[in-house]
Amino acid sequence: MQNAVNISFNALGENEAFARVAVASFAAKLNPTVDDLAELKTAVSEAVTNAIIHGYDSNPAGMVYISATIEDGEIDVVIRDEGRGIDNIEEAKEPLFTTKPEMERAGMGFTIMEHFTDRLEVESSSSSGTVVRFKKRLAGKRVNCV
Amino acid sequence: MVTMKAEAQGKVLIIRLTGELDHYYSEQVKEFTEQQIDENQSQHLIWNLSGLPFMDSSGLGVILGRYRQVNEMGGSVSVCGLNTQVKRLFQLSGLFKIMYIDQTEQEALDRLGESSCKMR
Repeated sequence: MQNAVNISFNALGENEAFARVAVASFAAKLNPTVDDLAELKTAVSEAVTNAIIHGYDSNPAGMVYISATIEDGEIDVVIRDEGRGIDNIEEAKEPLFTTKPEMERAGMGFTIMEHFTDRLEVESSSSSGTVVRFKKRLAGKRVNCV
Repeated sequence: MVTMKAEAQGKVLIIRLTGELDHYYSEQVKEFTEQQIDENQSQHLIWNLSGLPFMDSSGLGVILGRYRQVNEMGGSVSVCGLNTQVKRLFQLSGLFKIMYIDQTEQEALDRLGESSCKMR
């Protein structure tokens, strides 16, 4: 059976912790390992931070939308903003690439999302903003972790 | 939230962080650490992250920024007390290649303290 939640919040840095904890709480019903849950939280944190500081240039009037769906032991997370979009997605995904070095951004957001999830998709346009979608299997993995 | 504590031992500054370090708190950590480095005229820096269950790439940015600051003055940086998630961030970003990783604060102090300065 499918189970879904939708969350929206203003593009405020203080909401980053809320966003990752909310998704992690929703995912907890799959009984994930501590490490998988930490990876999920990190991926959410990276995508939400990108939406706030890159999508909306830290303008708190912008809204960030998260929808998370659980089905067959897997979580599917979509994090969307209606901000300025990403000019070149492949470039943005390069490790250490950042458009905001003055903010001491490490340029590791997409690299971390790719490594901490099973599948990552990014769609972006200057007219409609950015959609980051990732999937992560959380249930039924313990047998392999011995 | 993040709480920050600093302790200077000679030329080594120890920064102990507790909480979850994300973009929202990274600016505070940056300002606090910069100020402590200046006030104590520290040469080397130890990040004790044993009280940090969560960090994202914003934390990496702050730690890398302070590495550059200390490195310009000929100093070294060690991080200690990393949990599995934080350790993977360091591995992915390559920070392990430019900083020391120690299990404990004492190990880091033994490495960067007065007695072992000549080792580098």
